[in-house]
Amino acid sequence: MPVERYIFLAIALFCIGIAGALMRRNAIIVFMCIEIMLNAVNLLLVAFSKMHHLQHGATNPSAGIDGQLFVFFIMVVAAAEVSVGLAIIVMMYRNVHSVDINFLNRLKH
Amino acid sequence: MQITDILFYFLSALTLGSAIMVALSRNPVHSVLWLIITFFAISGHYILMNAQFLGIVNLIVYAGAIMVLFLFVIMLMNLNADSEPQKNKWLKLAGIVAGGCLLLVMVAALKDAETAGKEMQLYTGDIGLIKNLGKALFTDYVVPFEISSILFLSAMVGAVAIGKK
Repeated sequence: MPVERYIFLAIALFCIGIAGALMRRNAIIVFMCIEIMLNAVNLLLVAFSKMHHLQHGATNPSAGIDGQLFVFFIMVVAAAEVSVGLAIIVMMYRNVHSVDINFLNRLKH
Repeated sequence: MQITDILFYFLSALTLGSAIMVALSRNPVHSVLWLIITFFAISGHYILMNAQFLGIVNLIVYAGAIMVLFLFVIMLMNLNADSEPQKNKWLKLAGIVAGGCLLLVMVAALKDAETAGKEMQLYTGDIGLIKNLGKALFTDYVVPFEISSILFLSAMVGAVAIGKK
């Protein structure tokens, strides 16, 4: 299968994530759209690792394995990010009783 | 049309459709449920590319742990469609136009890129199997792997410290 199908799928997914993050005011949904963007990047990394393995796999049997390990580390960082981010959103909800991100520009008060 | 093409198009339509529904649905709980479908479809893509370890990890970490966390937070806050903050429709339109412009520019730039026509492996190749990934993870990447455990510990402490106040 040509790799550009996966490139265009990942671009579309990333742009849906960006449009969603710009469109919505609910902080939790903005956060979910960020997760969609991370997953688009992960998908593209795996697709490129399979492309690289097909081209260089004959000479180097582990060619392309780095890409899949990067995806693993991105998942690790995303899990840590979600736990801290949701804690921040819960704290914000406790203070202002809303998850509207427009309240965040008054963070000082 | 081969079976892999059919599977690819089915999974892609499922991914994109449910991702659009995440951004559009008014009820946050529905958004989380659509996001779970998105992650299942992306796991299907990983398994189609024979990255079996990542497919399972994606299911366990994203569709399992992270989505349960989101669902818990939404249910704790008692959010529903009525309390949903609404942007005015010009700002929504601006967001859609910005995302569409990025899509247009990137598709136009990558349409004739160097990768055009390069093939990739589907459902064959053994780099995605847990044996090879584990071997690479515990030889070449053992230092980042251990550092990520410190990252997890600090994230855990940070989440507790922020949430306790």
